[in-house]
Amino acid sequence: MAGRANWVSWSTTSMLPEIEALAEQVFVALADPTRRSILAALASGGPATATDLAVQLPISRQAIAKHMALLADAGLVTAEAGERRRVRYRLRSAPMQVAQQFLAALARDWDGALDALQDHLDQRTERPVTTKFGDVGGGPGRKPA
Amino acid sequence: MGFPDRIERTVQVAHPPAKVWAALTTAEGLGSWFGNKATIDLRPGGSASMTWDHGLTAEMRVERVEEPTVFAFTWHIYGLPDDDPRRTYVEFTLEAVGEGTRLTVVESGFAQLPDDVYRKAYESNTDGWASELGELVDYLDAA
Repeated sequence: MAGRANWVSWSTTSMLPEIEALAEQVFVALADPTRRSILAALASGGPATATDLAVQLPISRQAIAKHMALLADAGLVTAEAGERRRVRYRLRSAPMQVAQQFLAALARDWDGALDALQDHLDQRTERPVTTKFGDVGGGPGRKPA
Repeated sequence: MGFPDRIERTVQVAHPPAKVWAALTTAEGLGSWFGNKATIDLRPGGSASMTWDHGLTAEMRVERVEEPTVFAFTWHIYGLPDDDPRRTYVEFTLEAVGEGTRLTVVESGFAQLPDDVYRKAYESNTDGWASELGELVDYLDAA
């Protein structure tokens, strides 16, 4: 498969365009509801053949094969030899973790944290808080009256 | 698309650096505005932690302590497995401006891609991939 050679060379570098491309492939893969259901089936039920998946999901085996090619290209599933020469697919988490790095950056709420810091400092000016840490049990705005 | 590796914010705070420093570097401060509880061993290499009432915990490692201008730590990237070595670096810079403080926070390292992770992730997949895919095609064609 042509894409494979690239995956190997990526292991020797750590450049942004590559991680970006990797994350993008994950998000493209996840954008399709059928592929999400395939990934969800592999996540919950473990490795499965295209036939297994066709039984579980309302999708033809041909359609599954098409989606599997994309998922494999994104590195999200790996094919392994199953019983009687049947190819079994296994979920792989590494690309998901790259996507999670992206999501972690989006989810990091420094705006909220810095607002909370400002509130904390303003509060201390008006009324010094003498409560020891641990007694309060709340964040900004949750000081006991 | 654009993978965010670095987040940077600057805010003006109407309080002197010493006071902002205390909020950033003491258990009492961190446990008030940031987490719900905190501990900190304030020295480079020291451990710090924050916990939230909803159950999350953040473990930090203090990296820079230059009172009252630079405080930095590293912490785990949220969402990655606990044993993943990747960490982001968070640096607070305090600059006295008039009566107040210009506070800058920079968090970087979201887009790290350590070699070993990717070798581990893809190495085993390269050998025999073509032949397995060939078998798949044969199998589907036969079906």
